[in-house]
Amino acid sequence: MYKIESKIKYAEGLYGIWVDAQYVAEKVEPGQFVMVMTHEKGERIPLTIADYDRSGKKIFLVFLVAGKSTAQLADMNEGDELFSLVGPLGKQSEIENYGRVVCVGGGTGIAAIHPIARSLKEAGNEVISIIGAKNKGLIFMEEDIRKVSDKVIVTTDDGSYGRKGFVTDALKDLLDNDEEEDIARVWAVGPAIMMKNVALLTRGYNVKTIVSLNAIMVDATGMCGTCRVTVGEETKLTCVDGPEFDGHLVDWSEFMNRLMRYKPQEKIAMDLYMKRRQ
Amino acid sequence: MAEPIPPKERYRREPREMKEQDPKERIHNFNEVPLGFSTEDAIYEAQRCLECKTAPCVKGCPAEVKIPEFIDLIVKEDFAGAYQKILETNSLPAVCGRVCPQETQCQGNCVFNRTGKPINIGKLERFVADYARNNDIRPQAIVAPKKNKKIAIVGSGPAGLTCASDLVKAGYDVTIFEALHRAGGVLVYGIPEFRLPKNIIDHEIEGIKAMGVNIVTDFVVGETKSLDEIADEFDGVFVANGAGSPKFMGIPGENLNDVYSANEFLTRSNLMKAYLFPEYDTPIKIGKKVAVIGGGNVTMDSARTALRLGAEEVHVVYRRTKAESPARVEEVEHAEEEGVIFDWLTLPVRVLGDEKGNVTGMECIRMELGEPDASGRRRPVPIEGSNFVMECDQVIDAIGTQANPLVKADGMEKNERGYILVDEVSKATTRKGIFAGGDIARGSATVILAIGDAKKAAQAISATI
Ligand SMILES: Cc1cc2nc3c(=O)[nH]c(=O)nc-3n(C[C@H](O)[C@H](O)[C@H](O)COP(=O)(O)OP(=O)(O)OC[C@H]3O[C@@H](n4cnc5c(N)ncnc54)[C@H](O)[C@@H]3O)c2cc1C
Ligand SMILES: Cc1cc2nc3c(=O)[nH]c(=O)nc-3n(C[C@H](O)[C@H](O)[C@H](O)COP(=O)(O)OP(=O)(O)OC[C@H]3O[C@@H](n4cnc5c(N)ncnc54)[C@H](O)[C@@H]3O)c2cc1C
Ligand code: SF4
Ligand code: SF4
Ligand code: FES
Repeated sequence: MYKIESKIKYAEGLYGIWVDAQYVAEKVEPGQFVMVMTHEKGERIPLTIADYDRSGKKIFLVFLVAGKSTAQLADMNEGDELFSLVGPLGKQSEIENYGRVVCVGGGTGIAAIHPIARSLKEAGNEVISIIGAKNKGLIFMEEDIRKVSDKVIVTTDDGSYGRKGFVTDALKDLLDNDEEEDIARVWAVGPAIMMKNVALLTRGYNVKTIVSLNAIMVDATGMCGTCRVTVGEETKLTCVDGPEFDGHLVDWSEFMNRLMRYKPQEKIAMDLYMKRRQ
Repeated sequence: MAEPIPPKERYRREPREMKEQDPKERIHNFNEVPLGFSTEDAIYEAQRCLECKTAPCVKGCPAEVKIPEFIDLIVKEDFAGAYQKILETNSLPAVCGRVCPQETQCQGNCVFNRTGKPINIGKLERFVADYARNNDIRPQAIVAPKKNKKIAIVGSGPAGLTCASDLVKAGYDVTIFEALHRAGGVLVYGIPEFRLPKNIIDHEIEGIKAMGVNIVTDFVVGETKSLDEIADEFDGVFVANGAGSPKFMGIPGENLNDVYSANEFLTRSNLMKAYLFPEYDTPIKIGKKVAVIGGGNVTMDSARTALRLGAEEVHVVYRRTKAESPARVEEVEHAEEEGVIFDWLTLPVRVLGDEKGNVTGMECIRMELGEPDASGRRRPVPIEGSNFVMECDQVIDAIGTQANPLVKADGMEKNERGYILVDEVSKATTRKGIFAGGDIARGSATVILAIGDAKKAAQAISATI
């Protein structure tokens, strides 16, 4: 059903896969994701749709090995079939012609920011993209991002490629030099701590910032409530009301606490898998 | 073949009870609690039935199961025949025999209520269905000639499955769209294994598929395709997506890490089989002291699941008393036997936690019963100054569910609470060609009411499409 058509290894633990998924490919818009199960006893995990081929009925997913489920996915190869895949889920990004926008992608967020940047560009925006990772090996899809951006800034934590430092450092420079104050919006997708720091930074400049929350999910149809998050004064469900929210309104400490809920069990699962795999 | 017994003896004979797993044992496993009737038990119980001409029991069954007929076949030891007889009107007998609130449905109407000894109709139905499954007896579906009309069904819970099987028998091409990776609705994600083993549902679903129903899993109507698109592609649609959105109390602290909705807790445990972690990958929190808020069946299921997962102490916190609890009596009794502690007349007002988001306790207030409210139940009112902190490290909100707004279509009207408006008899919505039933049309109710709605819709669809 959901056959892996091809698999790309970007770096140790960082992969991209093209998967057969007719319904999803026909419908997907930027900002949306799928839920994936590698096998019958697996977890349902959310992955952002990084690219799609409507006529070829395929979607592209990029993932970082974070624990057992993603490790199992990494162990699958071309020709293998995923047990379950459903989508496209979540609200699509609000794409308009805002003028000048900045798209920030960190880690696997680089993949997620790609379709957003592309649509913003198609809508007539001037798109500045900032992509960052720990080191050179973890920068991927740079060419794809360049194709859809007017300007690209690459950062690495260790300085092995592009500018040394965090994506927020590069963003701060842009905002400081934005004398016309014409940066209309910022999108930020990446690890929670990165999105939080981007939101804290841009709040000081009063630039609206959209983040894509990677909450823990189960059904992703609004049925279980595990993905709830406080935005402004309200409780929202990330899977159906998001995953994109106004980063200035997210209760980050609650959100980050909730990401830690299953740490002990995640470790048990991963250790057991690694032992069996040997 | 067993002999019918004289009427007098039928009045005299005591009902046969079903054996159950010992509470001390069963809190350590997820095996079914009631163990089922033996053949001898079933015949003994069936012989009590008076085979009433007017069959008041049938009027209490929304699926109109031919009760006296199937019970008569049990007496005649024609269990396969009894199975086919039930299947004429109900495609999910092993499920209904286990989870129907029989005391208010079929059994509630049995003439033997006068003597306080109604026939155990549900248990007999369960016996017949289990017999068929264990002996690999397949439904003999009489399928009408093909009509070349396509019907789409949204959701594979009891309503969707029933409508699908009735329509496929009537000659329609039927496709069910299900959001999850597995069919069955609340039967697979909500009701725990120890009340409804999942292999039983799979078996009933296999039977429905064997009749020709096409089930497409991993398809969220409203996301993968809109209901409008589906209505365009098919000749008719039956919407049965349930009422599966969680409700929370709306009190401070509810987004702390260890506060679950019953839906999340039960879905992790049942659908994703977290009770078998790490054999299955999905994790679940196992609290030491767990507070479950609510008083219905879902509350009992959550509390009993928490016990089985290994919680040391489980409290049910309900603002009314046992008498007002909407749960089936049997469920409350089972929970009590297993050691669940009931805090009646208690209302949570705040969940307490530490800076990492862990739950450390729950502040509650004591209640007393005041004047009756609109539902006729006495309204609980807080006793001022009676606040206290209940120590706990996990809270499960099991106060009910509501309509999920994902499924919508032009011209299909909903009420102010998001439930779809339907005609009482035909289950037609305000949009031509779209019908709806089960929880999404009546609010959270029961399996058998969902089945009843689905049967009415199937009849109306057969008459008009
Ligand atoms: C909308 C959305 C889009 C995402 N897109 C991508 C993507 O494109 N690429 C990518 O690499 N990752 C993405 N993620 C994160 C990805 O889902 C998690 O890395 C993955 O679930 C980890 O599972 P695991 O078993 O490998 O690791 P685990 O050891 O189970 O967990 C590692 C961490 O991942 C998170 N996590 C665990 N289980 C879940 C779950 N069921 N749902 C969500 N998060 C979980 C937790 O924070 C956990 O601490 C996305 C998350 C969301 C919500
Ligand atoms: C824990 C629990 C215990 C219960 N115990 C009992 C009991 O003992 N006895 C009893 O009679 N009743 C019980 N009930 C109530 C009973 O289960 C429901 O009334 C019944 O299941 C309703 O059936 P349904 O077909 O309308 O919907 P559901 O069973 O809710 O099925 C709806 C299906 O639609 C799917 N769906 C939802 N949205 C979409 C979408 N957008 N696209 C595609 N598919 C979708 C869902 O995934 C689900 O599979 C219980 C309920 C719960 C939660
Ligand atoms: S009402 Fe009771 S005794 Fe009469 S037919 Fe029905 S089950 Fe039998
Ligand atoms: S389906 Fe339910 S209500 Fe009908 S006879 Fe069976 S147990 Fe009774
Ligand atoms: S993942 Fe279950 S409600 Fe969002």
